[in-house]
Amino acid sequence: MTGTVVVTGVGVTSPTGLGAADHWTATCQGRAAIDRVTRFDPERYPARLAGEVRGFVAEEHLPSRLIPQTDRMTRLALVAADWALADAGVSRGDLNEFDIGVVTASSSGGFEFGEGELRNLWSKGGQYVSAYQSYAWFYAVNTGQISIRHGLRGPSGVLVSDQAGGLDAIAQARRKIRKGAKLIVSGGVDASLCSWGWAALLTSGRLSVADDPDRAYLPFDARASGHVPGEGGALLILEDAASARERGVSGWYGEIAGYGATFDPRPGSDREPGLRNAVRLALRDARADPGEIDVVFADAAATPELDRAEAEAIAAVLGPRAVPVTAPKTMTGRLNSGAGPLDLVTALLAIRDGLVPPTANVAPDPGYPIDLVVGAPRRRAVRAALVLARGQGGFNSAVVVRAPEPGHARPPAVPAELADPP
Amino acid sequence: MNQTEFKIDDLRRVLREAAGTPEEVDLEDDILDMEFEVLGYDSLALQETGSRVERVYGIELEDGAIVDARTPREFLSTVNMRLADLDAG
Repeated sequence: MTGTVVVTGVGVTSPTGLGAADHWTATCQGRAAIDRVTRFDPERYPARLAGEVRGFVAEEHLPSRLIPQTDRMTRLALVAADWALADAGVSRGDLNEFDIGVVTASSSGGFEFGEGELRNLWSKGGQYVSAYQSYAWFYAVNTGQISIRHGLRGPSGVLVSDQAGGLDAIAQARRKIRKGAKLIVSGGVDASLCSWGWAALLTSGRLSVADDPDRAYLPFDARASGHVPGEGGALLILEDAASARERGVSGWYGEIAGYGATFDPRPGSDREPGLRNAVRLALRDARADPGEIDVVFADAAATPELDRAEAEAIAAVLGPRAVPVTAPKTMTGRLNSGAGPLDLVTALLAIRDGLVPPTANVAPDPGYPIDLVVGAPRRRAVRAALVLARGQGGFNSAVVVRAPEPGHARPPAVPAELADPP
Repeated sequence: MNQTEFKIDDLRRVLREAAGTPEEVDLEDDILDMEFEVLGYDSLALQETGSRVERVYGIELEDGAIVDARTPREFLSTVNMRLADLDAG
């Protein structure tokens, strides 16, 4: 064991694409996937836009036995896990089942499933409630179902810290590997775009009520007025580098090099929010100088106060306008626990291809001391990226990912549309 | 003679609705004496299946009786005993 934890596989189920390749192409093209909600009728709600995963037919990917017992978020997670394991070239029998675990994040559990069963309970009676309700709506159900499907019996768990949870899960997975696990499937996939989930999301008071998809989620823009929620996320295969080499893996996406997490001071306190310290802790953990960071993937809350706190935290640690900052989540909406893992995958692909994807739709407010990438992707060698995520209630998390050592990179795959500019 | 009898095709249908179709086995084969475990149905799948049978046939099945059924033949027998009780009552 080296203590170095690398990412050897990724799986994406996101509004921007089913599969990492489609997600990366759409993201580099700045193709936003935000639109009017179709999963339920949003007409009577103040917020009506979301980033939905379109065209996902669970039955095409999963055995029939899993359909009656799974919420949408679990189906999306199971498929992302399948793809991540395949991408990492892991198959049953490669490793001891007790050396492989699953650590995911969840922000709400299986809301759509739960809503259906609560409806059955109150409209028809208790005997109409599915026996699978007993676990289908649990926070930990994605971890459990992935573990069962692939026979992974190593250290496992679930992290619940709102939108910061996805990064916290990755950090927990790294801890488990440093304690002896060889491989952990980690990340997060959330999906609560149902009327019950929507009612819960509305209580944040932070949802955009705009009806124009191009003007609804505008972080770091003078017109910022809240965010659009989305569904989906990503799962990553984390491995001890030495163990990965032992099983014959020669190339990976990068290293989970640093992590920092803080909690905000109580509301009304005059102390500063915790994000700046989370960034410093992550850099220290990665033994990285601020100058080493080539790009920041912002949390991008899209409320003036939170945007200011984030821009100032980035500028305070890395220098004002010193490093490109981007928020591809403007194309997916905020994915709760799926956000951090999806940004990590995007950051790793930015490292692989030397391309920083843009922030969609935003006209940056020059009052923020950051260099926001908008319009077109920016070509730039990326050796290290910083990914930020904040969860409502005071959670701040930061992860530093580093490029693989020379000779260990995955081959680049620049989307064809971008490889040959007209 | 019972007015209603719960037959193997009824069980096949309810199993599919309740818990999906197993990949390893063809439910249309002669499954009467195959164990549910071999068919790929666990205790929760049987509980959900039993619950649907209760609703459709207006009977009550004890949880234990359903989960104790190891094979479709035993499941059918449990259900048909209750149906007979219903007719007799």
